[in-house]
Amino acid sequence: MTDLVRMTGIDKRFPGVHALKNVSFDLAAGEVHALMGENGAGKSTLMKILSGIYPKDGGEILVNGRAAELDGPRAAQDLGIGIIHQELSLMNDLTVAQNIFIGREPRLRFGRLDETALNAQAVEIFRSMNLKLDPKTVVGELTIARQQMVEIAKALSYRSRVLIMDEPTAALNDAEIAELFTIIRRLKADGVGIIYISHKMDELKQIADRVTVMRDGAYVGTVGAAETPVSSIISMMVGREVTNETADIPDLSQAETVLEVRGLNRGREIRDVNFSVRKGEILGFAGLMGAGRTEVARAIFGADPRDGGEIRVHGKPCAISQPSDAVKAGIGYLSEDRKHFGLATGMDVRTNIALASLDRFSGSLGVLKEEDMRRTAQDYIGKLDIRTPSDRQEVRLLSGGNQQKVVIAKWLYRDCDILIFDEPTRGIDVGAKSEIHKLLKNLAKEGRAVIVISSELPEVMRLSHRIAVMCEGRLTGILPGGEQTSQEDIMHLATLRAPSMQPEGYQQ
Amino acid sequence: MTAVNPTSTPSLFARMIDTGAHQKLLAFASLVLLLIGFSIASPNFMQTSNMIAILQATSVNGVLAVAATLVIITGGIDLSVGTLMTFCAVIAGVVLTNLGMPLPVGVLAAIGTGALCGLCSGTFVAKMKIPPFIATLGMMLILKGLSLVISGTRPIYFNDTPGFDQISRGSLIGEVIPALPIPNGVLILFIVALAASYVLGRTVLGRYTFALGSNEEAVRLSGVNTDFWKMAVYSLAGGICGIAGILIASRLNSAQPALGLGYELEAIAAVVIGGTSLSGGRGTVLGTLIGALIMAVLTNGLRVLSVAQEWQTVVTGAIIILAVYADMVRRRKA
Repeated sequence: MTDLVRMTGIDKRFPGVHALKNVSFDLAAGEVHALMGENGAGKSTLMKILSGIYPKDGGEILVNGRAAELDGPRAAQDLGIGIIHQELSLMNDLTVAQNIFIGREPRLRFGRLDETALNAQAVEIFRSMNLKLDPKTVVGELTIARQQMVEIAKALSYRSRVLIMDEPTAALNDAEIAELFTIIRRLKADGVGIIYISHKMDELKQIADRVTVMRDGAYVGTVGAAETPVSSIISMMVGREVTNETADIPDLSQAETVLEVRGLNRGREIRDVNFSVRKGEILGFAGLMGAGRTEVARAIFGADPRDGGEIRVHGKPCAISQPSDAVKAGIGYLSEDRKHFGLATGMDVRTNIALASLDRFSGSLGVLKEEDMRRTAQDYIGKLDIRTPSDRQEVRLLSGGNQQKVVIAKWLYRDCDILIFDEPTRGIDVGAKSEIHKLLKNLAKEGRAVIVISSELPEVMRLSHRIAVMCEGRLTGILPGGEQTSQEDIMHLATLRAPSMQPEGYQQ
Repeated sequence: MTAVNPTSTPSLFARMIDTGAHQKLLAFASLVLLLIGFSIASPNFMQTSNMIAILQATSVNGVLAVAATLVIITGGIDLSVGTLMTFCAVIAGVVLTNLGMPLPVGVLAAIGTGALCGLCSGTFVAKMKIPPFIATLGMMLILKGLSLVISGTRPIYFNDTPGFDQISRGSLIGEVIPALPIPNGVLILFIVALAASYVLGRTVLGRYTFALGSNEEAVRLSGVNTDFWKMAVYSLAGGICGIAGILIASRLNSAQPALGLGYELEAIAAVVIGGTSLSGGRGTVLGTLIGALIMAVLTNGLRVLSVAQEWQTVVTGAIIILAVYADMVRRRKA
């Protein structure tokens, strides 16, 4: 049996990052080959190279035994490689058939579209998938699972022999996942090779033949899915030589509980989340992408509505329905997406620092006290060591680390004693990262309650006094920080599907 | 982008380029070029009387454009400024002529009506989340209709209110300096522009106006009541339209209920020529004033040169496209 795809020695560099180091991967016909690794391990980059989205810097790709030059998505399509992105890319207002054949519509004379042929061709593809779907349905009316099927059909319409699925079950429920797996098995039987990226262990056991694990841009190993225990796959992902730089855990048993969240719920994204944070404590939130950590933070902050749940601040119930309520209660939220949600990037450092507290700089008739604003900005520029030529510099011209410090300054000046950091070091270089870490530790020492959401386990371990782990909207456990908790423990909870565990960790 | 020296404050010049002053310079240069060009082309152009006519023509459009500038900086748009102006003029007519109230009451009624209507638009946009284009399009039609209904489709004259026409046509400056008979309408435009500039540059409302246009979600997540501030901006813009209503009624010494449609586009054109970004976050009142002057100079100059009315419109359209294209080219380089 020749391999459909054989990638050897793949190398890829981005500015400042060595994203892929000598990675190998192969795929046989009729096989489901799972690709696993932590966030940032390089799975997506590798698949983007295979689907022609990124050029590779080194290595060799053989498709059907022949060397392939994948210089664009079109080239990959022509070789029968299709990719289904995690974010579906369908046009919601067009029909199923129109979506599948977008850009390749069968035509009549004078540029008229042949809708009949279009629908007939779509039906043909559905038959090969054993899927019952009316090609004239508008895509926006379908469930996410069905839209996924349309994506698969679209990939197959290019006569794909290799299908890359990037976390296809992220938004599906159990019944929908079963439906998807039926289709995958059928494609497999037809000899299509499927590369399956997922974080969920139980799915791999069900559907995958082989598992390849990547870590930090490097190939770790390939094992059989059926005969390898979950724990060994997890330790491959985490790596045995874990550099455990853990936090010093202060004794907070006497400290006041500042924030308490009970029974937080919203749809499928947040399911009955309970936790509390004490004064001076750093509570880490670990979990894989899409686990619902950001959703929890935004719901507490009032940025998104919630279905239910009580939020207590300093022991008192607190009605938070919009961000201004949260800010009044002393909660600050630092979004993972600074550019979209944290900063007015076109405005200067001074204004951004004052943005949450302009009322304090307002004199009679709402006239701004610029001199006070300047002094405050200068003060924080000094305190947090924000590297900017002046407080009038537009924040879009600052580096990521310095932008983050501006957001932190904004909340510090607002006197927030509960600070929620969502991916505080995303897109920030290594040097600035440790500065931000130091800053967070100091904030806790000063007596603020700090929540840190991070997808990087080492970061969570380094900072957290306790570690809350989420999976699919559930809080699957709260682990103590420090040396007694290993990355394996966290990964175990982060991939735990059924709610077999009650939240714990209040015993301190 | 200008080179940033990390240790020193950027030069004044670099900052001016950063804050969009480049476009203002460009607009100002075009204004000067237009003035020079028309003076050479026609000796009648550079007469004091003609210059004053240009300024007088700028006054109403200029005030409306200032109102439009505020809303556009928030990332919105206000299509109702023209018919709101007319509506406010009609209200002034009802209060002064039909009810016989004293002059200050009429003026306040017009401005108050403007602010109230602005608040309506603001509520549609902020609370009901209707896109500004649609919300103010609806307001534009509602106000046009209401003006006709209230006035019974007939003009309301201000003959019973002595001094009303002097609001726009009189000249306080001319009384002090007889050689410079600048009409009060122009004076009012400059006062409105100065006040709006001050509000934008120095007050909380102004800072939030820019912040909303720059990144509304970030402002909301900073715990700011964005809905309130947005409604405040639309209200302020509405109040300024009320001032424009008084100006135009005073100039015509009557409230003409059929007038007003089309003014909103001229105002938006002036804003755009003045370098304010339609996507929000950036803009200046000074730029808008220059934009309004360019439009007035162009219309006047072409008329002095006896260019047909139809062609004047064509040229104006072309100028708008050119102005925005120049801005786009600058942005791409930045």
